[in-house]
Amino acid sequence: MPDPVLRIEDLAVRFPGPRGAVHAVDGVSLALAPGETLGLVGESGCGKSTLARTIIRLIEPSAGRIHIGGEDVTHHSRHRLRDIRRKVQMVFQDPFASLDGRWTVGALVAEPLHIHGIGARAERRARVAELLTQVGLPSGAASRQPHEFSGGQRQRIAIARALALNPAVVVLDEPVSALDVSVQAQILNLLVDLQQSLGVAFLFISHDLSVVEYVSDRVAVMYLGKIVELADRASLWDRPAHPYTRALLGSVPRASAGDAKRKAPLTGELPSPFNPPSGCRFHTRCPIAVARCQTAEPALRPLGPAHQAACHLAEAA
Amino acid sequence: MSPPILAVEHLNIGFATRRGRLPAVHDLSFTVAQGETLAIVGESGCGKSITALALLGLVPAPGQVHGGAIRLEGHNLLGLGEAELRRLRGARIGMIFQDPMTALNPVLTVGEQIMEAILEHEPVGAPAARARAIALLDRVRIPDAARRFAEFPHRLSGGMRQRVMIAMALACAPAVLVADEPTTALDVTIQAQILELIDELKRENGTAMVLITHDLGLVAEHADRVLVMYAGRKVEERTAAALFANPLHPYTRGLIAARPRLSPGGERRRLNEIPGAVPGLDAMPPGCAFAPRCSFAVPACSAAPPPLAPAGDGLAACIRIGAADETAIGRREAIDA
Repeated sequence: MPDPVLRIEDLAVRFPGPRGAVHAVDGVSLALAPGETLGLVGESGCGKSTLARTIIRLIEPSAGRIHIGGEDVTHHSRHRLRDIRRKVQMVFQDPFASLDGRWTVGALVAEPLHIHGIGARAERRARVAELLTQVGLPSGAASRQPHEFSGGQRQRIAIARALALNPAVVVLDEPVSALDVSVQAQILNLLVDLQQSLGVAFLFISHDLSVVEYVSDRVAVMYLGKIVELADRASLWDRPAHPYTRALLGSVPRASAGDAKRKAPLTGELPSPFNPPSGCRFHTRCPIAVARCQTAEPALRPLGPAHQAACHLAEAA
Repeated sequence: MSPPILAVEHLNIGFATRRGRLPAVHDLSFTVAQGETLAIVGESGCGKSITALALLGLVPAPGQVHGGAIRLEGHNLLGLGEAELRRLRGARIGMIFQDPMTALNPVLTVGEQIMEAILEHEPVGAPAARARAIALLDRVRIPDAARRFAEFPHRLSGGMRQRVMIAMALACAPAVLVADEPTTALDVTIQAQILELIDELKRENGTAMVLITHDLGLVAEHADRVLVMYAGRKVEERTAAALFANPLHPYTRGLIAARPRLSPGGERRRLNEIPGAVPGLDAMPPGCAFAPRCSFAVPACSAAPPPLAPAGDGLAACIRIGAADETAIGRREAIDA
C-alpha cells in the first residue's frame, strides 16, 4: 500500500458506565490508502460510528494512535485539531440535523474556507459555485436555505461542504441511510464520480451491506467493538471467512423473484457491550463455535494477500 | 382464488389544509385473499403508510378518508363507529408498526399488554388470559417467557419488542395482519429472524398480510403479490415473481435498477438513477405524476393521468409500456438480479 492517508493503530474507546466501562471500540487497526474507499459495516452497537467520531477527534480515544497523512494527531491540542479537520472531513446521516437551517447554502459551504482563512470573498464565492456544480446542484442554490431542498439535495450540500478544503479523507457515516432508494442511487453514483475526479479517500460506514459492497474497494466487518474480517471486496463476497460475515451476507434480502425462502442465519441477540462474551465475542451466536471459542480470543490474522479474519475456524469454513 | 378477506375499493385520503384538500391517496383499490401476503411498496410520501392507517381506522387529522370502501370479511369499516372499530381492531385485523416503542405502553409490562389485548376481545378470565399471554411470548421465541411477562418494554431490545408486538397483534388470531415497515428499525440479522417468525405464524393461522415497505428485497422473499405506489396512486400491481422478472411501469423498473445488489466481485456497474425527487402533495404535476422523472415520457403523459390497464399478469398505469420495452433498461437489471 502507498503511504496511507489515515492510519489507526490499536484504537480503543471506553465509556464509563454504572456497571463498568463499555468497550465501544476495542483495539481496532486500519489503514486507508489515497483515493480508496474502505467500507465499515456492522450492526447497531458494534462501534462503527464511535470509531468514525474518534478518527476526527469528536470523541477522545482511550488508547491507541491516529495518524493522518503520516502525522500522529492522537494528542493534538484543540487548536491543532484544525489541521486535522483540513485533511479529514465528515458527512453525517441526517443532513437536516447537520446543516444550520438559518444559513444560506452558500454560507454553509463557504464556512470551512472562512474558518481556515482561505481566499478572498470573491475567490470563496467562486469556489462555492464550483463545489455546488461538482455535487450536481444548480449554482443558484447558494442563495437559498437548506429547508428549500429535498433530503438528497441536502446530502449533496453536506458533501460539497465536506469537500471545500480538498480533504484527503472524508468519513461518511450512514450517508444514504435516510434517503429513498431512487435518491440513494443518485448520491452513491455521485460519491463514486467525485472519488474518481478528486482522488479523495472515503471511509464509508453503513449497516447496509449492499450499499457498502457497491462503493467499497475493501470492507471491514465490525462486531462488538472489534474488526472480525477485513478483505478486498471480491474476496469478501467470494470467500467470506468469518461466520458473522457469512451470516450478514445471508441475512440481506434479495430483490429477485423465485428465490427459495432462506433460513435466518443467526439465532439470538447481540450481547450487551457492558458484558461482552468471553473468548470470541461472537461465540454465543456462532453456528460453528467449538469449546476453544469460549475461552481463547481469536486474533485478526492473514488468510491471503488482502484478506484477514479473526476466527479460529476460518480455514474450516 | 377464495373470496377476498379484505377488499379496498376506490379509497381516497386527503389532508385538509388552508389551501384546500391535498390528495394523499387517490382512487386506490386492491384485495387480499386468505393467507395471502400483499406488499405495498413505494418511497416516502407515496401514501403507503396512511393507507395502512386507514385499514385500521386510524388516519390522524388533518388526514381524512373521503370516499371509497374498506371491506373486511364483507363489512365496510368506513361505515362503522369508533366502538365497533375497536371491537374489530386486534380481533379481526391486527397491526405491527415500525417502532414498537411508540405502540407499546411504557407503564405496563409486556405480559399485561398482551393480556389486555385478549381480555378486550374474548370472554376469558384473567388467569386464562395470563396463561395465553405467556404461551404467546414463548411462541414468538422470547426466551424465559414466564419471567419476561413481567418486564417493561424499555428493558427489551428492539428485536424483542417487535416480537412482543407480533404476539399482541396475533393474540386473537386476526384474519388480516397489517405490518407497516415491521423490520425497518432492526438490524439485518434480527430482521431475518422476525420475518421468518411472521411467515411461520401466518402459515399456521392462515392470516392474510398487508406488508407495507420501502424495501424491495423483503418483497421478493415475503410477498405473493405486489402493489407499487407513487405519489398517492397505484402504478403497478403484479404477482411478486412476475414483477421482479419483468417490471412494466418505468417507475418500478427504475426502483429495481436503483438498488445496489450484492454481486460477487464483478465490475461496479453504475446504479440506475431516477432523476429529481418525489413531488410534494401541493405540487403534483398534471397527468402522470412520474412523467417529470421518467425517461420514456412523451407530451401525452402530462395531459391526463394514465388509467390502470391490464398489463402482464396484473395492472399498470402507463401509456408508454410498449416504448419502455424497446430499451433494455430495468428489464436487464431485473433479469441479472
